[in-house]
Amino acid sequence: MFRMLMALMLSLSFVTIAQAQEDAPAPDRSATGGAQTLEDILARQRGEEVDNSFRRSNIGDPDGAAGLANQLGTLGGASDPDLWRALRFGEAKITASNDGPAATTLIQDGGMRWLLFREGPLATYGGYLLGGTIVLLVLFFLIRGRIRIDGERTGRKIERFKAIERFGHWLLAGSFILLGITGLVSLFGRKVLIPAFGHEAFATVALLSKWVHNNVSWAFMVALIMIFVMWVIHNLPDRTDINWLLKGGGIFSKGHPPAKKFNAGQKLIFWSVIVLGTSISVSGLALLFPFEINLFAPTFAKLNNLGISAALGLGELPTALAPHEEMQLSQLWHAIVSFALMAIILAHIYIGSVGMEGAYDAMGTGQVEEQWAREHHSLWVDEVKAKETDTPQGATPAE
Amino acid sequence: MKAMLTAFAATAVIAIGADFILGQAGFSSQEQATGAAVRLDD
Repeated sequence: MFRMLMALMLSLSFVTIAQAQEDAPAPDRSATGGAQTLEDILARQRGEEVDNSFRRSNIGDPDGAAGLANQLGTLGGASDPDLWRALRFGEAKITASNDGPAATTLIQDGGMRWLLFREGPLATYGGYLLGGTIVLLVLFFLIRGRIRIDGERTGRKIERFKAIERFGHWLLAGSFILLGITGLVSLFGRKVLIPAFGHEAFATVALLSKWVHNNVSWAFMVALIMIFVMWVIHNLPDRTDINWLLKGGGIFSKGHPPAKKFNAGQKLIFWSVIVLGTSISVSGLALLFPFEINLFAPTFAKLNNLGISAALGLGELPTALAPHEEMQLSQLWHAIVSFALMAIILAHIYIGSVGMEGAYDAMGTGQVEEQWAREHHSLWVDEVKAKETDTPQGATPAE
Repeated sequence: MKAMLTAFAATAVIAIGADFILGQAGFSSQEQATGAAVRLDD
């Protein structure tokens, strides 16, 4: 009897639930376009039974697809691989929330070439160049020894460089050495410094190095302009240079060929610094303000038009470069030219310090021994002496 | 020697000055590469 009563009660309760379900309005799924709603998901998470009949059979109906032009339309004749190709070749229409000319270039293929060249030939031959220069300088020192002052010292001094000239020189020199070291730290970081010192140590050095390289660059550029303005007049080529060069600057012979304020060797250093330094500065500015200054596409176009690239056997150079490729080429150019200038400056540092007796004073105190000056810059000493005779000591020149 | 030390001091002043001025003028990578919808500092 009890069982029968229970069965009756249970069946009545099911009827009541079924009745309630039939009475409940169908959930409004218009907001999701007929797909399940948040309420459906929450109900399932609460452990309630959800009626899935509304989506069970919705497994794709080609005839029911939205039109091609519709926002929710299918790709039609195009496919996903087509989209990837459009991205790969920069043809896709992309909007990006970040700024800058490079933001919508998602894929470019210059990166691997740049990486391999930078880690490979650039680092290798650059290292050989600097190492080879140092070896040659050491050999030169061992063979030739220090270039001494041949004659007897007079004890008299001549002002070779004014304070402002020395300031400009050391502004250029100090900044260049800092830039050279920090540049090498950046270039050889992954290949040499990380394996040697570990990631943690290199991270700190790299951060500091980058800050120094970016910001000290301005001191280099200011000094480059100063040096050019102050010394260009003394560095114009003239007849004495031919004689000086023919005699090899007197490096391997007794006596020195006559020279004005700067001899032909120094003029070569000056113009190397000006030309290569300017080139490094321009490519450096392109790197400091990424994607703003594009140097290579216009240069390549000119080289193509003038037939220079064809004459050099380079064929037609690319004139449509991705923003990143402009940066990659700027970086490589920046490093190649810097290596050349570093090698030249190593020789300059050598001859201005241990390589030649009396040379350092010119940039140290600015006062050089008269005998040194007569041996290395005889025509300049004559000029200075002539001026001294024209302007008696103690007299104030008329302004 | 004095000219050399002055030049080295000037290098430091120029570097710190350049960093400050370019930062103030909105040339930091952060400001250059982000749009109005990006809030890195918040």
